[in-house]
Amino acid sequence: MELTGAEIVLRCLQEEGVEHVFGYPGGAVLFIYDEFFKQDKVKHILTRHEQGAVHAADGYSRSTKKVGVALVTSGPGATNAVTGIATAYMDSIPMVIISGQVPTPAIGLDAFQEVDTVGITRPCVKHNFLVKDVKDIASTMKKAFYLASTGRPGPVLVDIPKDITQHKTEFVYPESVSLRSYNPVTKGHPGQIRRALQLILEAKRPMVYTGGGITLSNASGELAEFVRMMNFPCTNTLMGLGGYPATDRQFLGMLGMHGTYEANMAMQECDVLIAIGARFDDRVIGNPEHFFNPARKIIHIDIDPSSISKRVRVDVPIVGNVQDVLQEMLKALNSSRERVDAAALESWWKQIEEWRSRDCLKYDRQSKLIKPQMVVEKLYEVTGGDAFVTSDVGQHQMWAAQFYKFDKPRRWINSGGLGTMGFGLPAAMGVQVANPGAKVACVTGEGSIQMCIQELSTCKQYHLPIKIIALNNRYLGMVRQWQEFFHGNRYSESYMDALPDFVKLAESYGHVGMRIESPSDVEGALKEAFALEDRLVFMDFVTDQAENVFPMVPGGKGLSEMILV
Amino acid sequence: MRHIISLLMENEAGALSRVSGLFSARGYNIESLSVAPTEDPSLSRMTIVTSGSDDVIEQIIKQLNKLIEVIKVIDLNDGEHIEREMMLVKVKAGEAEREEAKRMADIFRGRIIDVSDQSYTIELTGTVAKLDAFLAAIDRNWILETVRTGASGIGRGARMLRI
Ligand SMILES: Cc1ncc(C[n+]2csc(CCOP(=O)(O)OP(=O)(O)O)c2C)c(N)n1
Repeated sequence: MELTGAEIVLRCLQEEGVEHVFGYPGGAVLFIYDEFFKQDKVKHILTRHEQGAVHAADGYSRSTKKVGVALVTSGPGATNAVTGIATAYMDSIPMVIISGQVPTPAIGLDAFQEVDTVGITRPCVKHNFLVKDVKDIASTMKKAFYLASTGRPGPVLVDIPKDITQHKTEFVYPESVSLRSYNPVTKGHPGQIRRALQLILEAKRPMVYTGGGITLSNASGELAEFVRMMNFPCTNTLMGLGGYPATDRQFLGMLGMHGTYEANMAMQECDVLIAIGARFDDRVIGNPEHFFNPARKIIHIDIDPSSISKRVRVDVPIVGNVQDVLQEMLKALNSSRERVDAAALESWWKQIEEWRSRDCLKYDRQSKLIKPQMVVEKLYEVTGGDAFVTSDVGQHQMWAAQFYKFDKPRRWINSGGLGTMGFGLPAAMGVQVANPGAKVACVTGEGSIQMCIQELSTCKQYHLPIKIIALNNRYLGMVRQWQEFFHGNRYSESYMDALPDFVKLAESYGHVGMRIESPSDVEGALKEAFALEDRLVFMDFVTDQAENVFPMVPGGKGLSEMILV
Repeated sequence: MRHIISLLMENEAGALSRVSGLFSARGYNIESLSVAPTEDPSLSRMTIVTSGSDDVIEQIIKQLNKLIEVIKVIDLNDGEHIEREMMLVKVKAGEAEREEAKRMADIFRGRIIDVSDQSYTIELTGTVAKLDAFLAAIDRNWILETVRTGASGIGRGARMLRI
């Protein structure tokens, strides 16, 4: 039987086992929406903005390992989606975005709601397709899911002109895909692995530094086994938090611009650095010239060859899927009789403990004002460390990363690479849709939350009982902090004037709102909010305006040149 | 250093813009880029002349390999290779210039492929450096128009780029 292109799109989603699609309708996708109406296997979640739809699909994916799916219309629908797509691209999140396009005969004629979606998104997708024939829909969708989820994952966009969704053809979903131009490696090179192991066993001051790749390749189990077996210290990037249990003694906290003193010092001073699924980002290693240390050997395990020796020259590159490589390494270590120099390791740990004793995350616990750090600590306690925490971008994001101890991967969900304000709430929606019944908190700022605040309406419609933890300092705090440190206290346009009454705002959307103004009320309020299991609660914490995030590695400085409290 | 990078990719709409977009997005130099289908019409072969430090060239090759439609990439400078570019130059060829223009074409083994009473069009093939040398040797004021294909390159002997 012949099916229309729109029917085929839905059938492809069903074949891929997609349960939820986040989207927003419009002219070019009307036939596809018509098919949503006629079936109930794939559920559509209507957001209030296409950016929200893409972030929601992104949060859905990050919390589950599934491919997130978003659907938008042509023109403004597609351009609104771009921020979300770029966000997912920077963090290598597997997603498929379906966009409508004007009918094929109208392409190139500046038709109503026409933009060159494939052109606009080209630099921020893993790959994209313009489908020009109804016969190609099924194979293109198959390729899209395959590309999104294999190798170094990423968003893939499929642009479908309206007439193609109307045309008919026989539906056959391909069993498998093979692309002669795309063969992602999985296994690491045995010789390289051997060289790495040799360095590891000779290390006197080893350090394990891991990023989002651990989460993406589901290798946190292997990582923990490796780190514990070797008794090495371990740090995670902002993207990698939860990759290694934060409550473990061997965890040194996050590294980087706002990383801990001990993690950054150990990065700088180690003699063998084992980088796994991480990419030596500028926010992570600071100034590469300063980071360079000829006495330090670097092993770099990553699935993407282009991430290796991009910012920092490495001694032993291993291209492969992090999980496969770690398994190989564990196998070899388990059967090896060689051991690391225990005495050297012990004195290295002594040095690390000395760094750790500086207590770089200390803050004034006696303050009469609510300290944002304290809110996150209480959030951790009240949720038993078991919540999914999404975040936006700014100081609140850093405090959430520093003070919520993530023991499991996929619990900390933030826009690390692009740093997209407005990510937190829609991402939390995706997380909650994927994990009904789970505790989902969105730690945000009064600036960021306003970038996708319209999604409160989506939360109402779909009964998403997210807890919004707004650390309201009446400033674009991170901007203010930089202005305080580097621009002579000239707070240019960083004060958040004319703020809405968030309690009333939440209430008008049909949610519960709370304002918390005293440190003694923080814990009680959080408990109360989380007890409201089926309600979204907007918690407006009025926090200390002057608080800054420490430690801080100023831009252009080296990792060991931190500003401390 | 100057490098000649050759690659095979799917002969599909948009593939070229992925490559050129990559170069502009990441700030890599392009001296020239030429592309055409191969004997297998599903494949295009592209030659890119670029320059950069070893680190940059390594990144360029890795980033090209990462493009989904790119099948194979080689740096021709890694081994023995031949480089050719073709240029058409229209030069003044009035009474005063005619003889000298013909002589220059001969010296550079060019062929005059179009003649009018005021001009010659000369076809020249060679390395980029040779074509540059021709342009430098001939009186600047005589050159009316030039068009160059950009370099293409191929490995010597058994060195091949094929799938
Ligand atoms: C879409 C977007 N625009 C601008 C920025 C730049 N920026 C980074 S942090 C920040 C301030 C965020 O303020 P707020 O959400 O109130 O959080 P706070 O830093 O006060 O915790 C800004 C404007 C950004 N990251 N994203």
